[in-house]
Amino acid sequence: MFYREAGDFKTSYREDNQTFPIRLDRAGYWIALIVAFLVIPFFVNDYWVNAVFAPFFIYAIAALGLNILTGYAGQVSLGTGGFMAVGAYSVYKLMVAFPDVSIVFHVLIAGGITAVVGVAFGLPSMRIKGFYLAVATLAAQFFLVWLFNKVAWFYNYSASGQINAPERTVLGVIVTGPNTEAWAKYLISLVFLVAAAWFARNLTRGMTGRKWMGIRDMDIAAEIIGVNPLMAKMSAFAVSSFLVGVSGALFFAVYLGAAEAGESFGITKSFLILFMVIIGGLGSIFGSFAGAAFMVLMPVLLKNVLVGVLGWPTALAAELEFIIVGALIVIFLILEPHGLAQLWRLTKEKLRLWPFPH
Amino acid sequence: MPEQLLFAMEVTLNGLMAGVLYALVALGFVLIFKASGIFNFAQGMLVVFAAMTLVGVQQGQVPFAHLINTIFGTKVHDFGWTVPTFLAIIVAGAAMVFVAWIIEKYILHHLVGQPDIILFMATIGMWYFMHGFAPLMWGSEVMKLDVGLAQGLNDPVLNATEALFGYGFFLDNLDIVAAVIAAILVASLVLFSQYTKQGRAMRAVADDHQAALSVGISLRFIWVLVWSLAGVVALVAGIMWGSKSGVQISLAEVALKALPVLMLGGCTSIPGAIIGGLIIGVGEQLFEFAIGPLVGGATQAWFAYVLALIFLIFRPQGLFGEKIIERV
Repeated sequence: MFYREAGDFKTSYREDNQTFPIRLDRAGYWIALIVAFLVIPFFVNDYWVNAVFAPFFIYAIAALGLNILTGYAGQVSLGTGGFMAVGAYSVYKLMVAFPDVSIVFHVLIAGGITAVVGVAFGLPSMRIKGFYLAVATLAAQFFLVWLFNKVAWFYNYSASGQINAPERTVLGVIVTGPNTEAWAKYLISLVFLVAAAWFARNLTRGMTGRKWMGIRDMDIAAEIIGVNPLMAKMSAFAVSSFLVGVSGALFFAVYLGAAEAGESFGITKSFLILFMVIIGGLGSIFGSFAGAAFMVLMPVLLKNVLVGVLGWPTALAAELEFIIVGALIVIFLILEPHGLAQLWRLTKEKLRLWPFPH
Repeated sequence: MPEQLLFAMEVTLNGLMAGVLYALVALGFVLIFKASGIFNFAQGMLVVFAAMTLVGVQQGQVPFAHLINTIFGTKVHDFGWTVPTFLAIIVAGAAMVFVAWIIEKYILHHLVGQPDIILFMATIGMWYFMHGFAPLMWGSEVMKLDVGLAQGLNDPVLNATEALFGYGFFLDNLDIVAAVIAAILVASLVLFSQYTKQGRAMRAVADDHQAALSVGISLRFIWVLVWSLAGVVALVAGIMWGSKSGVQISLAEVALKALPVLMLGGCTSIPGAIIGGLIIGVGEQLFEFAIGPLVGGATQAWFAYVLALIFLIFRPQGLFGEKIIERV
């Protein structure tokens, strides 16, 4: 009865085109933001941040990035892990080289560097498309990981080949390194996530987003009606890689604290992010959140139930996780190719008509 | 002849042999792609699954032993018998046909008419599924595969080259066997598709789905057939690869290299898969031999992909692929 547009009069185009046209949605959005920023930070402990919140927020940024490339612009990429590694290693080099500059700038610059690398590897998308491009992006994945493993300059010649995040602060609060408190980790990831989502949402509903979607739906037709495919594809690669790079930088600096290219940014990571986007919903901002939440929560839940409650060995739980995720991917592609976001959309549509279904 | 040149020749020969293995995996891709237009990412995992099944059956392992033991608290591990190799190969082949049937019935059948990229992502899902399913069924330790193929150094080649150049080439017997078997496999596949009724139907489906349907060819049957053939090819590749380096799940990642092979050769061409495999096998060995020491080694990890990437920029359809024509 309450969830509908009726009675919510809009008197300007701006109001007409807002992201949440229904009053209840707007309220929910603000409540979620307030709870996330002003309530949860006072209650979180280390376990919740490290197991759930930090990976969820950081993966959600990567999923937003990949969703822009795959869901909006239609270019499948299997190189996300490699691009996250670029973000991580650039932020590491920057943090060590310029200790006085704020880490926020480091993360943003790391995103910028990743965007340049992403565009370089995205250039072949001019000539090849579809799964050919997906395989071509594997080149980025394997090459970049190899580069960070073999060229000692990237990990500052450390004996272990690992990179370790030094301690840095934002506004006097420690946000990286081993002495970071749970709430600081939580807040810095959240700030970046909200900024990324705001950026992605506003980009995709404007001119740029429409161009991307045109390219996705049919690139030749889009070219004929005046979309420049070079600009559209390259901007998609740039924006997507920027977000993925930011996510990689945070993943290393804030979440892991120490990383090794092959282990932390291997091809499994590329798959993980791709699955978040597929399960969450291709071409949907909400879907990126839902997919990331799902793929972070599911293993935690599975581990708690199988290992914690039933006492099964971890190896078995890990194998079952593979099976469940794989099966879910196929099931989602068959039953609901638009993912969790579509289920959410359908629910809202039902809710809008309830209790009078006609 | 100078020592370096002879050494390079030996590296080339070994690269050719490695290329045969890539080509064997790529062959499975091509079969499926031609008949159904599906780019089967999971082919490498099929190879691993086939090899694991073969070893498991051969050694009389109880499937899902780990899971059963955990749930029921039992301690079963194997049946206590070993199955003759020949029989085990047949059982493993049958298992691959069964897998093909399952895939067609429960996955592909429901995805008919979807965009190619959705099917591609579905095969990535299959890859992931089998990544968990294979070790769950047969255990996760490295399995030793031994089907009685000749192994070790090939003495005739060593002696002959020793006599000829004064420098003996090291070639593995297994690689030579693999090359011969691959040749027989390709020849029999070509004969099958040219001279049998099912083979003709397969080619018809590859040409045009609707036209094939309208003359009474069962699409479902052909798809099961093609996936079964790909499964059998995977089994052969698995035997070769497994005998060489043991069977474990990480083999699937090596088998991913068949993807650049395929793109280099063109997705629709069987000779393309073979030649692409050889080019990549030789190329990555020579590159590692010549440039590798300068840049830190282990360039095999990415050389194939970067080569394919650069090549595709100039020729998007691959060496032998059909020209890609797009219309609005």
